[in-house]
Amino acid sequence: MSTFLTEETTRVTDAAVSTRLSSLDALESEAIHIIREVVAEFEKPALLFSGGKDSVVMLHLATKAFWPGKVPFPVLHVDTGHNFPEVIDFRDRTVERLGLKLVVGSVQEFIDRGELAERADGTRNPLQTVPLLDAIQQNKFDAVFGGGRRDEDKARAKERILSLRDEFGQWDPRNQRPELWNLYNGRHTVGQHVRAFPISNWTELDIWRYIERENIELPGLYYAHDREVFARDGMWRAVGEVSQPLPHEEVIIKTVRYRTVGDMSCTGAVESAAATVSDVVIEVAASTITERGATRADDRISEAAMEDRKKDGYF
Amino acid sequence: MSTETSLLASELETALPTTLFRFATAGSVDDGKSTLVGRLLHDSKAILADQLDAVARTSADRGFGGAGATGTQAIDLALLTDGLRAEREQGITIDVAYRYFATDRRSFILADCPGHVQYTKNTVTGASTADAVVVLIDARKGVLEQTRRHLSVLQLLRVAHVIVAVNKIDLVDFSESVFREIQADVQQVARELGIGSAELGTADHIDDLLVIPVSALEGDNVVDRSERTPWYDGPALLEVLETLPAADEIDTQLESFRFPVQLVIRPQGALAPDAVAAGLDVEAYRDYRAYAGQITEGSVKVGDKVSVLTPGQAPRTTTVTGIDFAGESLQEAFAPQSVAIRLAEEFDVARGDTIAAAGTVRDSSADLYAALCWLSPKPLREGAKVLVKHGTRTVQALVRNVSGKLDLASFKLEAASSLELNDIGHAQLRLAAPLPLENYLHHRRTGAFLVIDPLDGNTLAAGLVKDHPGDHEDERYSI
Ligand SMILES: Nc1nc2c(ncn2[C@@H]2O[C@H](COP(=O)(O)OP(=O)(O)O)[C@@H](O)[C@H]2O)c(=O)[nH]1
Ligand SMILES: [Mg+2]
Repeated sequence: MSTFLTEETTRVTDAAVSTRLSSLDALESEAIHIIREVVAEFEKPALLFSGGKDSVVMLHLATKAFWPGKVPFPVLHVDTGHNFPEVIDFRDRTVERLGLKLVVGSVQEFIDRGELAERADGTRNPLQTVPLLDAIQQNKFDAVFGGGRRDEDKARAKERILSLRDEFGQWDPRNQRPELWNLYNGRHTVGQHVRAFPISNWTELDIWRYIERENIELPGLYYAHDREVFARDGMWRAVGEVSQPLPHEEVIIKTVRYRTVGDMSCTGAVESAAATVSDVVIEVAASTITERGATRADDRISEAAMEDRKKDGYF
Repeated sequence: MSTETSLLASELETALPTTLFRFATAGSVDDGKSTLVGRLLHDSKAILADQLDAVARTSADRGFGGAGATGTQAIDLALLTDGLRAEREQGITIDVAYRYFATDRRSFILADCPGHVQYTKNTVTGASTADAVVVLIDARKGVLEQTRRHLSVLQLLRVAHVIVAVNKIDLVDFSESVFREIQADVQQVARELGIGSAELGTADHIDDLLVIPVSALEGDNVVDRSERTPWYDGPALLEVLETLPAADEIDTQLESFRFPVQLVIRPQGALAPDAVAAGLDVEAYRDYRAYAGQITEGSVKVGDKVSVLTPGQAPRTTTVTGIDFAGESLQEAFAPQSVAIRLAEEFDVARGDTIAAAGTVRDSSADLYAALCWLSPKPLREGAKVLVKHGTRTVQALVRNVSGKLDLASFKLEAASSLELNDIGHAQLRLAAPLPLENYLHHRRTGAFLVIDPLDGNTLAAGLVKDHPGDHEDERYSI
């Protein structure tokens, strides 16, 4: 039996090699197909855009999907108020360059109105859910594109590409629709909406190889730079308005870069000399820890941290 | 960049995996699917240190492996994919987990599926996009009803390659006779089902079903061939997965070019500002009109004659004048590329239409004969009104009759008038508008559809188009 298998394999692959898509091309094509399906089947989609690398790749894919037309939906940023200034600057330039409408949901405004309370640990990533759902409701978005990837986390690894959310934005992981072939079922009733994850099947390395191949601009903090940092929870935290060292935490200058970009008060930098995109590709390929493990204090809380947040309507 | 880094970069470039391969696991609960997946991820070094630490902590909390266990014996590898709280607490897999790993040759997308009967819909989800499925069998238990159910689902979906792993071979002392007996049993089942050659989907090459003795827990024949099974001279599982042709390598012929139109790109002046800033000729693109979609099958060249199929109208023939992709003009494109196609005539083409190689498609039809894999606790009853989603079109449909369901013991169709959760059966539907239906056996994408509940929008069934009973159908395709 094994002889048969080998013969067949050689024959078929020889014939097919010339026409087979590379894995990056296949992932790109899958993502564009999903983006177009959602635009065709939903009334009012929006794309979550934080200026982070995954959302930048998402937007790049959207520009390719509708070329030479404009991207036919607005972008939505849930602003924690704990931003890296260069990321906000990058966000605004990108929106301007592509002629997009930007909708902002502000965590700060909810805190100011007393509708959200600052957490004891100061991190605002988990507080994004309420402003996100509010923005979805206010704007009547029925589909929201996210840059979530299944390789990021065990709970994300379970999520469908089109994920139905109820009136409260909740995800019901035990009761997901079967997702068959490339036929995506986005039917929903009034009040429900759908989260769409076109780059579900990409890994962190795929993202970086794609950024390199497509020459995609990112905020500068993804590349090695010198920065004032202090050590906390085994990570390097940047010194900034919302991220101040305690008296015993010594501030030093290190050459660092970020693997993810989120709430400045809980996102850590990694020591790195990777100053260009090809350096980063090499670094990620050789990395021995995941991007969330390396840089997100909020995901270290428990094994189910992400699942719990997603059930409540998080990204 | 230093010379050293650029050297590394070029090494990496040549070493990078070039193609994608999707596979899924199947088999009864506790046969070791999640453990096998954990083993593959672990041994191919796809598990990073922090993930392994987290799993080691949880394993220790639960006393996995017992006192004194070391290395991977002390780690419950299934925890690497059982990512939901309920799954970890109950020690079972409830829904598909997608995981990723790469070898020098390939990038793998791996769908770890549940084994429980009640979660069969999740196994169907995982298998529907898979190039290959690995069916696990516990060496101590042999072929179970759930093994038969999963194999029949794989046959129904015509998954290109089915590999059987006889797992926990360590628990039967690496016994050749136990293995041979199960191998014979499973080949018998496959023969009854007509599972055969990957490529042909016929019963002619039954020997092609590969059966491998493995220990997911200890790693035998998973990544490397084991010395503890000297009587087995076949390949290890990963060797097979690295060399099998992916589904889209198998048939990419011009005759079967199919392109369901997703949407029309017609900017009418609303051009992308970044493209304009980069020098796009605004005048030349004022009347731009192209049809966006993903090629589901075959390939297309500029200059090819194609038919535009609009349900309810006679096919219209025209010529492809351009294939665009984000500013690039392509001469040729093939499945599964997403592109935008321009046509010579100013036809009225819209979402839901299909562009196909000229003269290769039959007329649309409102009579749908299908095999259904019923995935909902709400049973299918004759006379029910449902929605059918086919390609880029969704239409209303009436269930005229259920003509039979598969009996798992005999693999024969038995009379039935309804289908219940996990049943595979045949039904006839009347569509409110005709669709360009094609036999699933020959056209995996344009022969597949969803049955949707019009009330709550849930997916009720996976549907596979069959030929009209009047047409001579191959007897071997009983399901
Ligand atoms: N001895 C032995 N135990 C195994 C092997 N594979 C899996 N197991 C055990 O069988 C049980 C069920 O495994 P799991 O992977 O969760 O099964 P699943 O339900 O098919 O995903 C667990 O306790 C595993 O540790 C094997 O090859 N040998
Ligand atoms: Mg399992």
